[in-house]
Amino acid sequence: MWIYALRRLILTIPILLGVTIICFLLVQIAPGDPIQSLLPPDASEADAAALRAYYGLDKPLAVQYVVWLGKVLTGDLGMSIQVDAPVAKEVGRAFANTITLALLAVALAFVVSMILGVIAAYKSGTWIDKLFTSVAVFGISVPTFWLGVVLVIIFAVELNWLPAAGMGNSGSENFSYWRWEDFKFAIMPMIALALPPLGIMTRTTRSSVEEVLGQDFVQTLRAKGLGEMAVLRHAVKNAMPQIVAMLGLQLGYLIGGSVLVEMVFNWPGTGYLLNKAILSRDLPVLQGTILVLAASFVMINLVIDLVQSMIDPRIKRS
Amino acid sequence: MNVMAPAAAADTLVRVQDLKVTFVSREESVSAVNGINFELKRGEVMCVIGESGSGKSVMMRSLMRLHPPKRTRIEGAMEVDGYDIQGVSEKQMRQLRGATVSMIFQEPMTALDPLYTVGEQIAETVRIHENIPQEAAMKRALELLELVRVPSPERRLKAYPHELSGGLRQRAMIAVALSCNPSLLLADEPTTALDASVQIQVLVLLRRLQKELGMSVIFVTHDLGVAAQIADKVAVMYAGRLVEYGSVQDVLLNPKHHYTKGMLASTVAEQEKGRPLGAIPGTPPDLRALPPGCSFAPRCRAAKAQCRTELPPETDTGGGHRVRCLFPL
Repeated sequence: MWIYALRRLILTIPILLGVTIICFLLVQIAPGDPIQSLLPPDASEADAAALRAYYGLDKPLAVQYVVWLGKVLTGDLGMSIQVDAPVAKEVGRAFANTITLALLAVALAFVVSMILGVIAAYKSGTWIDKLFTSVAVFGISVPTFWLGVVLVIIFAVELNWLPAAGMGNSGSENFSYWRWEDFKFAIMPMIALALPPLGIMTRTTRSSVEEVLGQDFVQTLRAKGLGEMAVLRHAVKNAMPQIVAMLGLQLGYLIGGSVLVEMVFNWPGTGYLLNKAILSRDLPVLQGTILVLAASFVMINLVIDLVQSMIDPRIKRS
Repeated sequence: MNVMAPAAAADTLVRVQDLKVTFVSREESVSAVNGINFELKRGEVMCVIGESGSGKSVMMRSLMRLHPPKRTRIEGAMEVDGYDIQGVSEKQMRQLRGATVSMIFQEPMTALDPLYTVGEQIAETVRIHENIPQEAAMKRALELLELVRVPSPERRLKAYPHELSGGLRQRAMIAVALSCNPSLLLADEPTTALDASVQIQVLVLLRRLQKELGMSVIFVTHDLGVAAQIADKVAVMYAGRLVEYGSVQDVLLNPKHHYTKGMLASTVAEQEKGRPLGAIPGTPPDLRALPPGCSFAPRCRAAKAQCRTELPPETDTGGGHRVRCLFPL
């Protein structure tokens, strides 16, 4: 087990290096000159060159990359061009806001989809199955930003139960999920984020549990005298590697892809930051955000692999 | 619960009367078993022989009530160890499964749960039926692996199914089935998926365990050689009916049914080299629409007009050798 974990961990190093190269190049390819957007229109060529040198943008690409990578490894993601603050701090704060929300959303999606999916698989073909599958299709099909707006209209505007946007009076620095005044701000974004993964994971759970229930060993379990709950426990455990794989994928999407939901709810996370950085051509922030997101995607995959190997002893062999 | 007369209960373990199993769906119904009668004494081995789709496995699964109740219609009576299989509650049925009646399957590759060790799967069965702690159940699992002659059983106890060979996996499966000393073991082609040399080992093992533990075995196979080696009784099944039933000597040496004779003629052992095998022409009937008469008539060389309209009754030709044929050999 530990050898497998170590080997898998070492394997992520080249992947992470590849991620840094792509992140670095991506920003180089992007059109537009960040220096021009910083300078006043009447600035001279000399001013531009000086500023370029200040940010190290006058050196060859390879040198820029190595210098940048060296800084990244020490936790220095450079300075934001727009707000004149360390990128690491900006990204760190945004990432913290996003990851907690994403984890909550995925946890919610996981719990609900397990219940719906397992029941649908067990009652395959009945009206319950059809009802739960419809819920899943609804979750997959609904655009999250639309759902977000609808939630705001219902619960914030009409019913006035929940705040419409933002992170409340504490601000993102002191926000605590354990305080109701803060937590209520997270409820609607969480639900909006959870719905698509909920739909997809319900379908995954249903199909994989149903597949396992059709396997030969399930008959052995019944022939041994196991009750239906015990049989289902075996089936769910066998379906788990597939479900966990989908869960990891969804968490990855939520961390990177929550731009729309974060914009609708004015939630200062990575998606919000990314959007801001793109609009203002704040390349260091853009680069740092993408790097952190890509690296966390790789790490999530690592964790998922390890969890799968803990569930299924056959995985360690290959 | 249906209690038999005490005298009969002493030595008759299984009694099946006019068993019919039909799978129903919205589109069609399939008559897999069409009226089976037999009795099995304690300690007896019965081999059920027949082609694929003749209803052998369906009959076995009915004895454990493993068919999905919504899609299956079961008629007739089945009694195992004094229990009325159709009448007992689901809870009682669960207690019977694995303890009084247990089953081993054709594919040892897929019959065990891949995520649990062999020891855990044996111990699980023990703990469903007996209220003992996990350590005691694992100790029993070790004894069972020794009983089924698994080499280095301590190591195999902690092995996952994928770490074992086909033969060892089938032994592990047998250990699961025997874990609560069943009175009746249902073996559904347990050697078909194994290599020839391993087949014989498993067969010898099953025969030895059957004698040692004194259990009854219903052994489904399409291998007449296997039947000759281990059976006391032989039942030949065709299109969901027992077309011939009797002691192993009677049925295999002195077959009364044309189908049995045809099957015996199609084995390699009886043939001269170079001659084509005497295969039975035609295919088994469609179970969705059985012919009114003898279901073997369309393939039978001796069939007469009467055979196609009249269902032959089970007739005893003497000494419990029964045959379903209007013109027996």
